[in-house]
Amino acid sequence: MSDTNVNGRPPIIDVRNIVKHFGPVIALSGVSISVRAAEVHCLLGDNGAGKSTLIKTLAGVHRPTSGEYLVEGKPVSFASPRDALDAGIATVYQDLAMIPLMSITRNFFMGREPVVGVTPFRRIDFKSAHEVTREEMHRIGIDVRDPHQAVGTLSGGERQCVAIARAVYFGAKVLILDEPTSALGVAQTSMVLKYIHLVRQKGLGVIFITHNVRHAYAAGDRFTVLNRGKTLGTYAKAEIPMDDLQNLMAGGKELQQLSGELGGTV
Amino acid sequence: MTDSALAGLVLVIIFFLFTANSSMFTLSGVMTILAPASQLGILAIAAALLMIGGEFDLSIGSMIAFTGLAFAAFLVNAHWPLPLAIVATLAFACVLGAINGQLVILTRLPSFIVTLAFLFILRGLTLVGLKFATGGSTQLRGVDEVVHDGVVKSLFSGVAFQGFFSWLASQGLIEKFDTGLPKVSGVPVSIIWFIGFAIVATWVLLRTRVGNWIYAAGGDANAARNSGVPVSRVKTGLFMLTACAAALVAILTVLDAGSTDARRGVQKEFEAIIAAVIGGCLLTGGYGSAIGAFVGAIIFGVVSIGLTYTTFDSDWFQVFLGAMLLIAVLFNNYIRRKVTGER
Repeated sequence: MSDTNVNGRPPIIDVRNIVKHFGPVIALSGVSISVRAAEVHCLLGDNGAGKSTLIKTLAGVHRPTSGEYLVEGKPVSFASPRDALDAGIATVYQDLAMIPLMSITRNFFMGREPVVGVTPFRRIDFKSAHEVTREEMHRIGIDVRDPHQAVGTLSGGERQCVAIARAVYFGAKVLILDEPTSALGVAQTSMVLKYIHLVRQKGLGVIFITHNVRHAYAAGDRFTVLNRGKTLGTYAKAEIPMDDLQNLMAGGKELQQLSGELGGTV
Repeated sequence: MTDSALAGLVLVIIFFLFTANSSMFTLSGVMTILAPASQLGILAIAAALLMIGGEFDLSIGSMIAFTGLAFAAFLVNAHWPLPLAIVATLAFACVLGAINGQLVILTRLPSFIVTLAFLFILRGLTLVGLKFATGGSTQLRGVDEVVHDGVVKSLFSGVAFQGFFSWLASQGLIEKFDTGLPKVSGVPVSIIWFIGFAIVATWVLLRTRVGNWIYAAGGDANAARNSGVPVSRVKTGLFMLTACAAALVAILTVLDAGSTDARRGVQKEFEAIIAAVIGGCLLTGGYGSAIGAFVGAIIFGVVSIGLTYTTFDSDWFQVFLGAMLLIAVLFNNYIRRKVTGER
């Protein structure tokens, strides 16, 4: 299942042996991960495993100390998040970069508003902006009666979907989703997972960061487990059952033991 | 939110319909109310935009005094022609506003504190500067003598539409003196500036990219930055705008009075912020409107002038004002919770 879309093309993102030091602190000591088109690659790891550092390195916030970063086969070096965005790598952070008091349309186009008319009468093309917003919301399955509606009135899952839709609309080839389901309830989570599936079908690559194995297993094609700044391995879904993935992520034996003591509930 | 400000205005007007002398609601009464309201309104609209952008400017009042001094000194001491003096005063205000903005952005201190410092710095500089320019006085006179009538002067002082008002009087449509001249000779230019500014500011806020950036910068500066909004530029621009609004009011009042003094614009920063809040601006930024501030300034004018038309002691004004501010803030918070779904 994981290799259905290889057909000779290089992965969209391919990083090899990425190392990142912050002064004397080694945050990443040789991480390799790749994501192909139409693939959901889950990045698993406990707190402090280096997930955030890795995402921020992929997103152009940090520059790697050493290692290779290839986008569609070509080496890149991003100076800023803007560069990464221009290369089609969009990151949806946990805080979503959305403003609750502003309307869905204003949020959707924030910083990239479509304009009509000549200066000094240049103005936002609200007609098309509302149209696009309504269409995109419809596609996600959010019933927006009114695109003027404030984002604050949407549920957490809906907001997450709007943020993803925004990134897709503005031409992302790869989406990096930072714990999109961590603060959500069951129904909201399934909504987001369903949407991730939809994005994958559109042919985008998705890097899905989570520490919830169940969410990862539900959406992912391949899994990479991070621990203390290193990759413990990358597995296709067919290669690893969920329990093994859980154990791997939690650092092996100790937790297995604890899990046993707790009656297998961890 | 504009609706609530309008509702407030209606309530205030109903109150005065019952308590005030009927002369308050004649044409001349209305002009008497709107003239001071318009000067405050110019400040309030700029303050509202800045508040929506997430910052405060407490130096507005002192800015009026300081730029007023600069303007008068350009005319009287430097003998510059009026158009040059006006352009130079506005440019000077832009620089001061940019300093305010850059200090707030670079130090990451609350704008409340930075501009509070400038409230005192600019007031002090005005006093020192006035004494320097006049050789010891705190009033700089002689503006009338050096400013000659002309198109530029008529844009910034006196009344507009005189011909139209004379015609109205000749047709018996408005009150006139026995000589046949209208009792109200025209619309004070400050009212025209006020209305024009309100229209432009509303359009910018609601229809342009810059307007979207202002809401975004005030709503969540970090999120706005992540989405590619030039937050620092937007905020600096807004500080320049409030400074320029103060300079415009300074130009209007100096030309009107023919002089400037050290007490110009005292407490105007608070009045402007109060008018903006009554008009629906949130103290936390990201929400509000220019038209709300417009209405807020008119409410302010109606109450302050209106009380003189009643039998009430006009010192009740401040009590009234404080109560209105409190009600407005409570109401605005309620609206915000409703919009964001917070509980």
